[in-house]
Amino acid sequence: MFYREAGDFKTTYRDDSQTFPIRFDRWRYYAVVAVAFGVVPFLINDYWANAVLVPFLIYAIAAIGLNILTGYCGQVSLGTGGFMAVGAYACYKLMTAFPEVSILIHVLLAGGITAGVGVLFGLPSLRIKGFYLAVATLAAQFFLVWLFNKVPWFYNYSASGQISAPERTFLGHAVTGANTTASSKYLFCLVILFALAWLARNLTRGTVGRKWMAIRDMDIAAEIIGVNPLTTKLTAFAVSSFYIGVAGALFFSVYLGAVEVGEAFGIQKSFLILFMVIIGGLGSIFGSFAGAAFLVLLPVLLKNILVGQFGWATDLAAHIELMIVGALIVIFLIAEPHGLAQLWRLAKEKLRLWPFPH
Amino acid sequence: MKDTADTDTTPDGRKIGGVLMEMKNITLRFGGVKAITDISFDIRDGEIRAIIGPNGAGKSSMLNVISGFYVPQEGEVWFKGVRRGPMRPYQVARLGIARTFQNIALFDGMSVLDNIMTGRLTLMKSGVLSQALWWGPAEREETHHREKVEKIIDFLEIQNIRKTPVGRLPYGLKKRVELARALAAEPKLLLLDEPMAGMNVEEKEDMSRFILDVNDEFGTTIVLIEHDMGVVMDLSDRVVVMDYGKKIGDGTPDEVRNNPDVISAYLGVAHD
Repeated sequence: MFYREAGDFKTTYRDDSQTFPIRFDRWRYYAVVAVAFGVVPFLINDYWANAVLVPFLIYAIAAIGLNILTGYCGQVSLGTGGFMAVGAYACYKLMTAFPEVSILIHVLLAGGITAGVGVLFGLPSLRIKGFYLAVATLAAQFFLVWLFNKVPWFYNYSASGQISAPERTFLGHAVTGANTTASSKYLFCLVILFALAWLARNLTRGTVGRKWMAIRDMDIAAEIIGVNPLTTKLTAFAVSSFYIGVAGALFFSVYLGAVEVGEAFGIQKSFLILFMVIIGGLGSIFGSFAGAAFLVLLPVLLKNILVGQFGWATDLAAHIELMIVGALIVIFLIAEPHGLAQLWRLAKEKLRLWPFPH
Repeated sequence: MKDTADTDTTPDGRKIGGVLMEMKNITLRFGGVKAITDISFDIRDGEIRAIIGPNGAGKSSMLNVISGFYVPQEGEVWFKGVRRGPMRPYQVARLGIARTFQNIALFDGMSVLDNIMTGRLTLMKSGVLSQALWWGPAEREETHHREKVEKIIDFLEIQNIRKTPVGRLPYGLKKRVELARALAAEPKLLLLDEPMAGMNVEEKEDMSRFILDVNDEFGTTIVLIEHDMGVVMDLSDRVVVMDYGKKIGDGTPDEVRNNPDVISAYLGVAHD
């Protein structure tokens, strides 16, 4: 009804290439942002922050990162968990070495360090593609986790082998450590996610994004029309790893507080984020959000229904939950391989015509 | 037919300049197979140069040598009076050489507009950081190039599909979008590998008209591989004929048509 292009004339190319060309869409987006920044922080409690919102925000950052690499540039990576660990440990080392520097700078620097590591492990992508590249990134995953377990310097020689985040404040509010409030954790992650998502959108709609997609769709043709495959693939690895590193740093410092590397950043994490990207929709920023929301909310929802409503034992519910999530992923891949983002696009195309069939 | 005078005028009044590209004694081998044997020819500024020959004659290999995709084992490639060393294809693209493919090589996941915009990558300067921030230089550059791309879209009459994903288009339109992408680079030299393969008469007429218009309006030099002899003879100023990797004829369409080697390659020789 309101979702119409009719009467919404574009008179400049600038207007025509904006992210939300339809006015209703644009207002809906402003409304979501306003609620996220202006309403949620006042309503949020510890349960919502820890079970749903903070993990959602952090996973969304990681999913955008992996989507840039896999969805936009076509390079499959199974090293996400390892790169998140790099972000987490870089953040930890920075936090403990320079306690007076702002946590925001530490988080961003951790992303930068991860970008460097990502470029290093991205170098094989110039020679190998597809499954073989996936195996090479798998090697990165196992190597990095092993490294952080084996070298005591990374965890400051602590007896437990764990790293735990000391208290750091941002603009006077504690965002890491024991004394954080739900709303400050939430807002800290939200601001970073908002900025990174906006940057990712800009990158993917411009020249850089077109280079990535050209490499993804047909690398030989891309090279013939002037795309340098070396710099393009490595840019994708760098940007992607930056996002994943930031997500890892937040996951450790803001969300968990204390981390054991094999547990928090193991291969399951790589798969979880890959599932988010696939279920959400490859090559779509919105898809990264949708996938992260889906895979964060689904277990919480199932747990509430199975344990809360049916009164099942927690361990039984946990197993059933795994089976349901697994089955849903399979069903999804068969029914809608382009993910939630594609469903959303289809819904919008239908909505443009509604209520008339043509 | 080695006329090195600086400019000539064709019967229909177009100007043909000096030598733009010269291939000298090119030999290309794949292992033991010789795809191209000792071929030399030149391409003059502003002309439409056709390469013809039976299947497997080495025409596409020749085009791949020009576009830098294959590096010949022997011989020299001269472009704008400079000898071209071994180069990666993306470096060749930056010299102003664009091409289309025999089997369409568009980016299926992207819209028509984005596909054509990729053609302008070599002309775009803004870096990753200014792209990420978008406001300011990156946006101005984007808009500037969008204007140029819209001119090409108008020129090739594909306005109504500019936002359609390329994967959904029919074959003939894909060929046209591919031409648009090559044109977007504002190439000095445009290589067309069978631009009319698999088209019906009407589509062939459209495409021929576009090729002539490109040559006429933008002054683009065109190298064309095509099997439809009628089209080749009508469009081109000069024709190279290849067979089994060797050059068997070179000249104006009329000269080539009457060349006995060419006739025997195409029609076979009478064994009496």
